[in-house]
Amino acid sequence: MSKVPAPKKLSTENLDFYYGAFQALHGITLDFQENLITALIGPSGCGKSTFIRTLNRMHETVKGTRLTGQILLDGKDILKEDVNAVRLKVGMVFQKSNPFPKTIFENVAYGLRVNGFQGGKAAIQEVVEKSLVKAALWEEVKDKLHQSAFGLSGGQQQRLCIARALAVEPEVLLLDEPCSALDPIATAKIEDLLFALKSETTIVIVTHNMQQAARVSDFTGFFLLGMMIEFNTTNTIFQNPTKKETEDYVTGRFG
Amino acid sequence: MKPSSTFKNLVNYTMFAVTGLCTLIAVGILFFILGYLVYNGGKSLSLSFFTNLPAPVGEIGGGMANAIVGSGKVLLLATLIGIPIGFLGGVYLSEYSTQQIAFTIRYITDLLNGVPSIVIGIVIYTVVVHPMGHFSTFAGGVALGVMMIPISVRSTEEFLHAVPQSLREAALALGAPKWKSIVTVVIPAAMRGIISGTMLALARVAGETAPLLFTALGNQFWSPGWNQPSATLPVMIFTYAVAPYEDWHRQAWAAGFVLLTLVLLINITARLALSRGTYVSRG
Repeated sequence: MSKVPAPKKLSTENLDFYYGAFQALHGITLDFQENLITALIGPSGCGKSTFIRTLNRMHETVKGTRLTGQILLDGKDILKEDVNAVRLKVGMVFQKSNPFPKTIFENVAYGLRVNGFQGGKAAIQEVVEKSLVKAALWEEVKDKLHQSAFGLSGGQQQRLCIARALAVEPEVLLLDEPCSALDPIATAKIEDLLFALKSETTIVIVTHNMQQAARVSDFTGFFLLGMMIEFNTTNTIFQNPTKKETEDYVTGRFG
Repeated sequence: MKPSSTFKNLVNYTMFAVTGLCTLIAVGILFFILGYLVYNGGKSLSLSFFTNLPAPVGEIGGGMANAIVGSGKVLLLATLIGIPIGFLGGVYLSEYSTQQIAFTIRYITDLLNGVPSIVIGIVIYTVVVHPMGHFSTFAGGVALGVMMIPISVRSTEEFLHAVPQSLREAALALGAPKWKSIVTVVIPAAMRGIISGTMLALARVAGETAPLLFTALGNQFWSPGWNQPSATLPVMIFTYAVAPYEDWHRQAWAAGFVLLTLVLLINITARLALSRGTYVSRG
């Protein structure tokens, strides 16, 4: 594996994860480089979604789970820090768009409001606009900011969820199969916006879609049965994988 | 041998007829009661029914203004007691409790819901009326409030449960502490349902008579404040219906009509609120 010059932003060390007695992740050790996009691929049930949910401690919302190992953000173990502060730094976008039953504006402003944002009304407006611009949604919604978010299409809703996550300026953005419910056009918009976000955010994306991983990511990790089989530059994973399982998967022989 | 197709058709038609008839009876009862009340109550109803005090025995006419106001006060107090407790209990049940505890609480609230209302009346008589030394609006409100608690707990819990888990996760993922995510996202998303559940609970206890017999008792006059015996519509209906006077029977019908209209109005408002509050998203 080639050495990479970019500094590591987020990493896991020997991560084991259990749902009750069932071990879902086996000793995952992985580095995510700053301001790059890392894709996690693998067949359904391989643990990639479980893994990404540990990176901002969302796994703690599920009862009866247990995690051992370390998750380091800038070298500090997030498991030992305040969970809300961790989630503020490590944002997340979910598989199915989940806007709040509020207006478009209030959806984006939510993160600021619950975290006691000190700026006034104008400052909040500025952040909302900036976030919607970043999420490539501003032009489509600027005239209906105070209408319900439920009036938006599926693709727009997912971009709204990205804008909402960006409003609190996360250092890392986790995306758990963000395009699985979207059509190719909406998917392309989201992929474009990931490229644009890369310069300021470290991005981790779980995807079912191998073409998507190949298109958007700099690094790719291949998961199988709760283990990280292979991790390398995306080019290497797709064109010259070391492991037989990886090759079988990326060439479409199974999965 | 296979049953012939004529036989199968016969069974089919019989089942259709029998089930249809029973449905008709079930629905018809409401309309029968309604019709009967409109017929008997409507013709006894007049403006003075809403504005006057009950007439002394022997005199024709009079109204039940005091009972209407009394019922309103008792129900207001019941709501103030039953809904906050029921609502917050429902929030705990849905958002905080573990599965085993939730199961136990649900079971207990169902049991409380099943306690005969007359028993609740006796208990409130013992713990409120007896120490205070007299019947009162307050005691009546407490009795009905206690009856509202289990209904409110369960309906709050149900509507909170219907809020998608993904909304809770979205709030938490933005760094919101759990209590804030509940207050700012989960409860607002379920609010219409919770309000309509509250109204249904109110409608459910509005016609209760037995617990009021031991608590608010009754009164032929106005009952100022919360500390004196008070007339209420259900108890008035009871008192007037069993009295030997023809005119009182007419008054009882009118009271029944007013009470039923009130309960139906609350019910319909609640259903309307609910039908517009379903959680729908295009995405």
